[in-house]
Amino acid sequence: MSEWGGRAAPQGSVADPPESRRTRAPFGRRLAQVETAGDLGAYRVIRASDPGGPAAPRPGQFYMLAAGAGWGAGQDERPYLPRAFSFARVELGPTGPVLSFVLEDVGPGTERLGRLEPGDALWLAGPFGLGFSVPAGEESATRALLVGGGIGLAPILALADELGPRANTLLGFRSGAHAEGSTLFRAEATALATDDGSRGRRALVTELLGEELGRETGAEVFACGPAPMLAAVRDLCAEHEVRAELALESGMACGFGACFGCVVPTRSGYVRLCLDGPVLDASTLEGTFGGPPAAP
Amino acid sequence: MSVALEEGVQLCGFALRGPVINGSGTFDALAAVRAFGEEVLEDFPFSAYVSKTITVEPRAGNPPPRLWEVAAGLINSIGLPNKGLEGFLAEDLPRLATLRAPLVVSVMGRSPRELAELAGRVGEREEVAMIELNVSCPNVETGLVMGADPVETARAVEAVRAACDTPLIVKLTPNATDPPAVAAAADSAGADALSLVNTLKGMALDPVTGRAWLGGGTGGVSGPAVRAVALQQVYAVSRATALPVIGMGGITSGRDAADFLAAGATCVGVGTESFRDPAAGRRIGRELAAIRAKSGDFRWSEP
Repeated sequence: MSEWGGRAAPQGSVADPPESRRTRAPFGRRLAQVETAGDLGAYRVIRASDPGGPAAPRPGQFYMLAAGAGWGAGQDERPYLPRAFSFARVELGPTGPVLSFVLEDVGPGTERLGRLEPGDALWLAGPFGLGFSVPAGEESATRALLVGGGIGLAPILALADELGPRANTLLGFRSGAHAEGSTLFRAEATALATDDGSRGRRALVTELLGEELGRETGAEVFACGPAPMLAAVRDLCAEHEVRAELALESGMACGFGACFGCVVPTRSGYVRLCLDGPVLDASTLEGTFGGPPAAP
Repeated sequence: MSVALEEGVQLCGFALRGPVINGSGTFDALAAVRAFGEEVLEDFPFSAYVSKTITVEPRAGNPPPRLWEVAAGLINSIGLPNKGLEGFLAEDLPRLATLRAPLVVSVMGRSPRELAELAGRVGEREEVAMIELNVSCPNVETGLVMGADPVETARAVEAVRAACDTPLIVKLTPNATDPPAVAAAADSAGADALSLVNTLKGMALDPVTGRAWLGGGTGGVSGPAVRAVALQQVYAVSRATALPVIGMGGITSGRDAADFLAAGATCVGVGTESFRDPAAGRRIGRELAAIRAKSGDFRWSEP
C-alpha cells in the first residue's frame, strides 16, 4: 500500500452523499440547438439550448454529444459513438437551459463538434454521472480551492459560477493560446499558470495549489485536468490532509452505465466512471490513474 | 398522426408486447434507473429484459482500455464483469423482478458442471422467465469455445436442460465455421429458442505504439458494421431449425428490425444502438410498428 494509503482520512468538510450529486437525465437523447459557437484561443466554445433538459445539472456532471448531421462522415467513417463533455456553464435562456461546452480538436468526434454553427442541431443526452459536492458554506472557514488544468477548466467553471465570489480558482495551461480559456472566469478570483510563462506564472498549477495549501486556513479542493495533474493534486491534498474531489476523464460509449467500457481502478475495484464518477473522492484513487483514453 | 401499436409476439410461452428486446450486456436496467429515474420503468424500452451475463464466481472484467471505435461500430473487451451467482441472486434479481417485462437471465459457465449449477440456481427462482445461455466461452475441460462447435454446444445445452425446466435461449456466436450446424445441435439438445449474433471477434492496434489497444488483447465488434453479416446468419439459422430466433447485430432502426424479421427472426435485439440513444429500443419498436402498419410484413424471398 502506498504511503498515502496508510494515512488517516483528511480532516475537513464531508462529501455529500453520492446520489445528491446527481441531477437525473430525461430518458433518451434529445435534440438541442446550437446558439453560439466561437473560438477561444486553442479552444472552441459552443452554447446550446436544451429546452428538454433540467435547468440545474450539478457541476461536474456531463452530457453525451453528437452532431445532428454528419456524424459518421469523418475520417474512417467516424465518429460513431457520442462524446462525453462536462458542461462548463448553464444559463437560463428564453426556452430553458443553455449549456456551454468547451471543445478541443483531438479526433473525429471533437473535430465534427467543432464545426457546429449557430442553428445546427446537436444530439444530447444527460446530465450523467455524479458531480461535485456543494462546497462548504460562507460561514465556514474552509476555503474552496478550484483547480483546472487545460480543458479540465470546464467543470471547474461550472462550480466557480455556482460559488460566485467565494471561489478561489487556480488554472494551468500548456500555452498562451490555451490560457485564453481563463477569460471565461472572473479575473479577480483566478490565479493563472502556464508551462511557457506566456500568461500568468511560469509554473504548474499544482505549484500554485501547494502554496495555497501551505496557508493556515482550512481548505477543500475540487479539481479537473490531465491524469498526472490530478495524481499530483491528490498527493498534495493528502500531504496537507485536505479533502479533494477529482473529476476524471475516460473513453465512454454510453454514459449511463450500460457498456462498462469506462471503468477506472479504485481502492474498491473498478468503478464505472459514467455512473459512480466522473467526480471521485481523491482518497479512493491510488497510483497513477485516469480512465482509458478515448480512441483518438 | 396516429401511432401504430406494436404487435405482440409469443416467445417460449411468454406473451411479449412487441418484438424488441435488448442484447445482453448492452442495457443495465438498474444503472438506467439511477441515471434516468423511474421514467425508464414506466415506459420500458424492451418487451423482455435480458440481464448482463452472470458467472458462478464474481469477475472484475478486463483491464482498460475496453473500447475502440471503428467505422459504424465499436470493439469492446469488457470481459463480463459481474457479481457472481450469489451476488446476482441476492442483490440484483429481486430488483430486476420489478421490471414490467419478462426477465431473461444470461449465464455463462466454463464447464457443463458450472452451467448446471448456474441453471439450477437461476432456474428455480420464479422471477426468472427464461435463461439465455452464452456459449462464447471456452470449455476449460476441452479448451474449445463451446459455441464454435456443435458437439460442445450440445453438451452445454444438455447440462442446462438437465438442471432446470426454465425456457432456454441459446445465444449463438458468429465466430463459428457453420452457425446453422451449431443451431441444429442446440435444437436437438433441447434449446427452446436461439439468439444471434453475439459480437464478431476483432482487434485494434494503438496508433502510436502498434501494440494491442484493448486490455483484453482482442474484443468483439458490434454496431452497424456487423449488420449484413448478422442478417445472413439469422437467415441461415432460421432455415436450419424450427426454433424461434431473436435476431440482432447492428439494428439501429425499425427498417433494420423489419429486415431481421423478414429473414426469419421472431424477435429482434437492440444492443449497441442503445449506447448512442438510451431509448433506442422504444424508438425502434415504434418505427417497426409504423412500417408494419403501412406495408404489412414481408418475408425473405429469392432475388
